[in-house]
Amino acid sequence: MSAEAIPPGIVLERESASRPNYLNWSHSVKDWLLTTDHKRIAILYLVSITIMFGLGGIAAMAIRAELTSPHGHLMESDTYNKMFTMHGVVMIFFFLVPSIPATLGNFLLPLMLGARDLAFPRLNLLSWYLFTLGGVIALGAMICGGVDTGWTFYTPYSSIYSNSNVAVTLVGLFIAGFSSIVTGINFIATIHKMRAPGLTWTRLPLFIWAHYATSIIIVLGTPVVAVTLGLVLVERTLHIGIFDPAIGGDPILFQHMFWFYSHPAVYIMILPAMGVINEVLACFCRKRIFGYTFVCGSTLAIAVFGFMVWGHHMFVTGQSLYTGMIFSALSFIVAVPSAIKVFNWTATIYKGEVWFSAPMIYCLGFIGLFTIGGLTGLYCSSLSVDVHINMTYFVVAHFHYVMVGGATLGYLAGLHFWWPKMTGRMYPEGWAKVAAGLAFVGFNLTFFPQFILGYLGMPRRYHYYPAEFQIWHVLSTAGSSVLALGYAIPLVYFLWSLKYGEKAGPNPWGAAGLEWTVASPPTQFNFDELPVVTWEAYNYDVPHENAIVDHSKNVLPDAEGASHSAH
Amino acid sequence: MNNFPLVPDQASTFAKQVDDIFLALTSLTVFFTVLVFTLILVLAIRYRRGSNVNRANPSDHNVLVEIAWTTPPLILGLIMFVWNVKPYAEAFNPPANAEEIFVIGKRWMWHLQHSANGIRENNELHVPMGRPFKLTIISQDVIHGFYVPDFRMKRDAMPGQYNTVWFQATKPGKHHLFCSEYCGTNHSEMGGWVYVMTPEDYNNWVKSGGTTADKASTPEQAGYDLFTQLACGNCHKDKDSMRAPSLHNLFGRHRSLQNGQTAIADDTYIRKAIRNPEETLLQGYNATMPSYKDSLDEQQIHDLIMYIKSLGNGSAVSLQKATEAATKPAGGANPSAAPASQPVGSATPAVPAVSAGQPAAAPGTAGGSATGTVGGKF
Repeated sequence: MSAEAIPPGIVLERESASRPNYLNWSHSVKDWLLTTDHKRIAILYLVSITIMFGLGGIAAMAIRAELTSPHGHLMESDTYNKMFTMHGVVMIFFFLVPSIPATLGNFLLPLMLGARDLAFPRLNLLSWYLFTLGGVIALGAMICGGVDTGWTFYTPYSSIYSNSNVAVTLVGLFIAGFSSIVTGINFIATIHKMRAPGLTWTRLPLFIWAHYATSIIIVLGTPVVAVTLGLVLVERTLHIGIFDPAIGGDPILFQHMFWFYSHPAVYIMILPAMGVINEVLACFCRKRIFGYTFVCGSTLAIAVFGFMVWGHHMFVTGQSLYTGMIFSALSFIVAVPSAIKVFNWTATIYKGEVWFSAPMIYCLGFIGLFTIGGLTGLYCSSLSVDVHINMTYFVVAHFHYVMVGGATLGYLAGLHFWWPKMTGRMYPEGWAKVAAGLAFVGFNLTFFPQFILGYLGMPRRYHYYPAEFQIWHVLSTAGSSVLALGYAIPLVYFLWSLKYGEKAGPNPWGAAGLEWTVASPPTQFNFDELPVVTWEAYNYDVPHENAIVDHSKNVLPDAEGASHSAH
Repeated sequence: MNNFPLVPDQASTFAKQVDDIFLALTSLTVFFTVLVFTLILVLAIRYRRGSNVNRANPSDHNVLVEIAWTTPPLILGLIMFVWNVKPYAEAFNPPANAEEIFVIGKRWMWHLQHSANGIRENNELHVPMGRPFKLTIISQDVIHGFYVPDFRMKRDAMPGQYNTVWFQATKPGKHHLFCSEYCGTNHSEMGGWVYVMTPEDYNNWVKSGGTTADKASTPEQAGYDLFTQLACGNCHKDKDSMRAPSLHNLFGRHRSLQNGQTAIADDTYIRKAIRNPEETLLQGYNATMPSYKDSLDEQQIHDLIMYIKSLGNGSAVSLQKATEAATKPAGGANPSAAPASQPVGSATPAVPAVSAGQPAAAPGTAGGSATGTVGGKF
C-alpha cells in the first residue's frame, strides 16, 4: 500500500531550498481542510488542541482564582461546578488523549517508519473531523449553559439529577471517541504494514512502540466508554433504568464500565509521552536508550496490566473486600513497569554526552515529576490509605503530577524537539529554557500543596472549604500563575519562530532516526525514495550531521548479507 | 491555630494504623525521588557535553541490572499491599458490640439516627469516645460520601444499597464531616461536625434528648407505628399464613426464592422485599404484596427493617446450629445489630441499651418482643 502510491514526477532536487514542502506547496483553504497528508492533519490537530488547551487552562485559572478564598467571591457554586467540569472534560478528552498521538504521532509515524503516509489517509482526515465535530458540540454545550457533572459523569447524578446540558455533551464525547478509535486503528495498521524494508520490530524507535501500545488501548478501551456514555444518554433521555436504582439500575455498574476505559486512558495519555522521552533522551545523551528490550516490554506490560486495575477507583463504594484486594495488588504491580522505565532512563545518561537543550530540560523535568506522580500512585493503590485520600486533593495532586508534570511536559518536550522538523524553523533556545524552568517551578508550587491539602482531608470539587486550608490554596494559586506563564511563553515564541526563526536544516540536533534524514519541513510525500534500514534504532555511535541522506543509495542487503548503509 | 497545617488529627482507632502506612509510603517516595533526582543531576552534570570524563565502553543493556532494580520495587510494593489489607478488612467487620447509627445522605444534608436511643441529628453526629459505632449508610438520591478525615474513614452513600463501616473514636473534640462524592450544586456545603465526647458528657447529652427538639422515638417504635398504619399485619401474621410469611425471626434467615435463588434476609434483602416484593417472592407464595417503592422513603424503610429485626433473629435457626440457638436465643437481649453481611451475627437489637447507667429512654414496643434489658459492654 506504499510503493504504488509514489506519484510520478517527484524528482530528486536535494540542494534546492525552494523546493515546495508540505506546508507551502499549496495555500488554499480547501487543500488544508481536505488534505489527506498526515503532516497537514497533524497541524490541524495541533491548532485544535492548542485552542482546547487554552480553554481548559482558562477554566483552571478561574477555579484557582476562586479558591484563594474559602468563601469564594467570584462565582456561584453552580458556576464553579461547571468550571471544573469544563476543565476536566476539555483537558482530558480534547487535549490529553489526542495531544501527542494526534499531533506528534500523526506527523512522525510515517516519517519514522519510512512511509509516505499512514495506512488510511482518508480515515485520518475523518478522525480530525470527528474530533472537531465532537469538540464543537461538547464545547457548545459547556459554554452555552454548561455541564456540572464533573468529567467522570457519575450516575445517577448525570443520568437523572443534573439539570445541565449533559445529553448534548455526551453526544459530543461519543463522537470524539470515534476519532480516537479511528486513529488507533490507523496507527496499528500503519506500524504493522508500512515499515520500511529492514525496519524490523526490534529496530523501531521506542516512540513507535509507545504509539503501538497506546493504539491497542484506544481500540480496546474507547468503545467501552462510548457505550457507557451512550447508556447514560439513553437513561437520561428515555428513562430506561440502567444506572439509577430508582428505576432498576445499578450505579456501580457505571463506575466499572467508566473506569474500565478511564483508567487505561491514563496510559493513553502517558505512554506516548514516555515515547517522546525515549527519543529526546537518546538524542541529547548521544546514546542508545539503555535496556531497549525492557523499556519496550514495560510499555506493553503497562498496556496489558493497565486494563486490570480499574477497581482501585472504587475502594469505598461498598465493593467487596476481596475485589478490593485483587485490584490493590494489581495496582502495585502495574507500578513496576513504570519504575523500570525511570531506572533505564537514568542509566541512559550514564556515560552519555548530555546536551542541555530546551527539549532535554523538559525531558529531565518529565522524569522527575513523573517519578513523584508514579510513586504517589502507590498511596492510591493502598487499600486503607486510599480510604482516607480517595476523592481528596491528594488524588487531584497525584494525577496532575502524572498528567501535567508527565504527559504535558512530555508533549512540550516533543514539540520543542520536533518543531524544527515540523516548521523548518528554530525557536529561541534561551526563552525555551526559561519557559521550561517556569513550568517546572510553577507546576510544583501549584500541585505540591495539594498533596498536603488532600492528606488533611480537603475533598475535591469543593467550592467552599474550611478556612484552615486556605494557606495551601493560596500557594497553589500562586503557583498556577507561574505555570500559566510557563505555558504562554512557548505559544509566543513558537508563533514568532514561524516568521523570524532561524532556518533549521534537516537535522539541527544531529539526531538519529529516519525523520531527520528528510528536509525540514518535509516534502509532501516525505521520502523521494523509500529508505532501506540497515541499522538499529538510536545508532548514535555514528555521526548524524545536518545533511539530507540520499536514500536512493540505500539498497536491501544482498544474498551475502552485504549492505550499504547511508551512515 | 497552626497556619500551615500538615497532619490531620488522629481521632479514631484506624487513624494511627493508616498514618503508619502513610508514613512508610512517604519514606519510600522520598527515598526513590531523592535517588532518581540525585542520580539524574549528578550523571547529567558529570556527563555533560564537552566534559572530560571516561566514556569508554558504554553499555546499553544488562539483564542482571534490570532484574536488580525491578525486584526491590516489586517486593516493597507487595509488602505495602499486604500491610494495607488488615486495616481495610477490619473496617468491613464491625465488633459485635458496635452500636448502630443509620445514615441517610440526601442533597445536601446528612441525616443520622442513633438506633439505641432514637435520637436524630442533621449534619451533626455526637458519639462518645472509646466505643465502637457501626454506620449503615444509604442515599436517598445520588451518590454521596460519608467522610470524617480525622477518623481516616470514608464510605460512599449509594442509592439503593446499604454500605456499612465502623469506627471507634479516641479523642474528644470536634471533627469535620464532609461529603466526599460530588453531588451537585451545594456539594461543598453538605457536611458538618462529628462531636466526640467523653462518656459522661455523652450520657448527659443523651439524657437531655440530644440536640433535636422533637421527642425521640426509637426506629423500632417508628417502624411499629408504620407497620400498623400500613396494615402490614393483615397478611404478615405471627405464623406463616396462606398469604404471607411471618416476619418473626426473619432477620438473618436463609430464604428460598421462587426464581430459584436463595438469599439471606439482611437489611438489603428486606429493603428490596419492601420496595420490589416481586423480586424476593418466596417459594409457595403468590405475588400479592404491592410495592412500597414510591410511598416510603429511606428513613421509613429503615424504621421497618429495625422493627422486623426486633421481631427476632433467625440466623441461628436457619443455620441449624443448636449451640448458637441456645446461647443467643432469638429475641434476646444482645444489644448489637447483626451486620448485614454477617448472618451469623448476634440477636435482635430490640431495645439496645447504650451503656451501663443509661436510662431506658426508649419505650419498649415491637410486638411484645422488646425486653429493654441493659446489655452494654462498657
